[in-house]
Amino acid sequence: MTRGRRRLEMAMPWIVIFGLLVVWQAIVQIFQIRQFVLPAPTAIIDALLQYREPITDHALFTLVNTLTGFAIGVVIGVLLGIIIGSSRLAYAGLYPLLVGINSVPKAAIVPILVLWMGIGQPPAITTAFLLSFFPIAVNVATGLATVEPELEDVLRSLGASKLDILRKVGLPRTLPYLFASLKVAITLAFVGAVISETIASNDGIGYLMLQAASQFRVPLMFAGVFVIATMGIATYLIFALLERRLTGWATRRQETFFGGG
Amino acid sequence: MSAFVELDDVSLRYGETEGTLAIDHVSLGIRQGEFAAVVGPSGCGKSSLMKLVTGLLPPTAGQVRVAGKLVDGPLKIVGMAFQNPTLLPWRNTLSNTMLPLEIVQPHRSRLAQKRAEYVAAANRLLAAVGLAGFEKKQPWMLSGGMQQRASLCRALIHQPELLMLDEPFAALDAFTREELWAVLQDLWLERKFTCTLVTHDLREAAYLADVIFVMSARPGRIVATHRVDMKRPRTLDMTFEPAFIEIVHTIRNEIASARSAAGSVTTETTA
Repeated sequence: MTRGRRRLEMAMPWIVIFGLLVVWQAIVQIFQIRQFVLPAPTAIIDALLQYREPITDHALFTLVNTLTGFAIGVVIGVLLGIIIGSSRLAYAGLYPLLVGINSVPKAAIVPILVLWMGIGQPPAITTAFLLSFFPIAVNVATGLATVEPELEDVLRSLGASKLDILRKVGLPRTLPYLFASLKVAITLAFVGAVISETIASNDGIGYLMLQAASQFRVPLMFAGVFVIATMGIATYLIFALLERRLTGWATRRQETFFGGG
Repeated sequence: MSAFVELDDVSLRYGETEGTLAIDHVSLGIRQGEFAAVVGPSGCGKSSLMKLVTGLLPPTAGQVRVAGKLVDGPLKIVGMAFQNPTLLPWRNTLSNTMLPLEIVQPHRSRLAQKRAEYVAAANRLLAAVGLAGFEKKQPWMLSGGMQQRASLCRALIHQPELLMLDEPFAALDAFTREELWAVLQDLWLERKFTCTLVTHDLREAAYLADVIFVMSARPGRIVATHRVDMKRPRTLDMTFEPAFIEIVHTIRNEIASARSAAGSVTTETTA
């Protein structure tokens, strides 16, 4: 692969996004679409600049809720994954329960959470946690459960304890699965926090968008969507980068592909 | 001289009484420092036999003794290598080789202090199997044969008294395989560990082993025992001598008849 082509590949996401915005702007202007149906990108940028202070405040509130819920989700998810992945009995007992919890629509739980915790931060954090722990637990469990039995035999015949096998083989092997799930879980955590803020909060991007909708300030709503998407992409990228640094061995095929080209 | 590895009328059944009988009344003995090979048709329970000896599986009946002691749990002095090299992709070759040292006592508690010594020993071992210069390479950068060499090193680094090999060369091409026979023979001549090799390659068994146990089809029984009394170190040329071919041919016939008799009761006993 030539250097020019590689540079083009790096620039592709930006080109696509910019192109979409241009098409969007053109459609809105050509067909003279009203602002409360679909605002033009320029109008959204105006709204972003005009309301930058309240948007920043609400965005930070959402970000803190999301990251807190996500952090709890990582801890609980990893622990649950280890338990489920290393014990058949725990798997049999807990897995159906987890699937059940996961299949309940979280929007339906928020009112219950509000009843228990009041409105604002606590239910937002809890909803973010509830949405994010499941993929983490399942992926960690999968990574542990698929350790090659021969490798386990090698270690057991050396007198390795279960903990040794977990430390030397299970956990390192599970890292790629964990990072794959973190990338999914962080975006789900945003979804959870925003759902809860939309239903029961006086702060946060979800609340901001609900307010904007009730006043037909559609450009502001879209500005909210833009901010959430940006935060989602940014956190996703952080985990993608961490993944590349820590588990390069698992994605080696890509690297050799680029190196060999 | 009493046997180092001793199976006394051992049977193994998977599952409850209705389960598959994998090993049926097997008795055999392997002396200390001896190189034994177990051959037989596929599915005859060769790998099950390995698991019995290493204590990874308990026998359904009979007794397994290693070094005079009854085996009642996983042994702690064994090195193992399989057809699949099972190297850890996140460790380089050297670090993969040194994995047992992080688990087996007394190396485990000494490793931090005497790291340099252990690294030197691992490097010597890697050099002995022809992997000098590849210590820092990740496993996926090595060819299949090189990975299998590294796997052998990992099985031997803690100087086990017993080495168990389960078709370690089966997935390699013929030339690499023969190269590794020589590598393994050299290591064995130098270190004189007791070795059990499970294989379906009869030339491999005859080239490497002092004693060959021939197993029948499932349920596995020992149908014949052969001693290979050729001088060491053996060369690949020797595998084309009449005496060698004779041994291979005899075993081949025994396995062929064991295959055709599969299912029916054989009355043959240990030779």
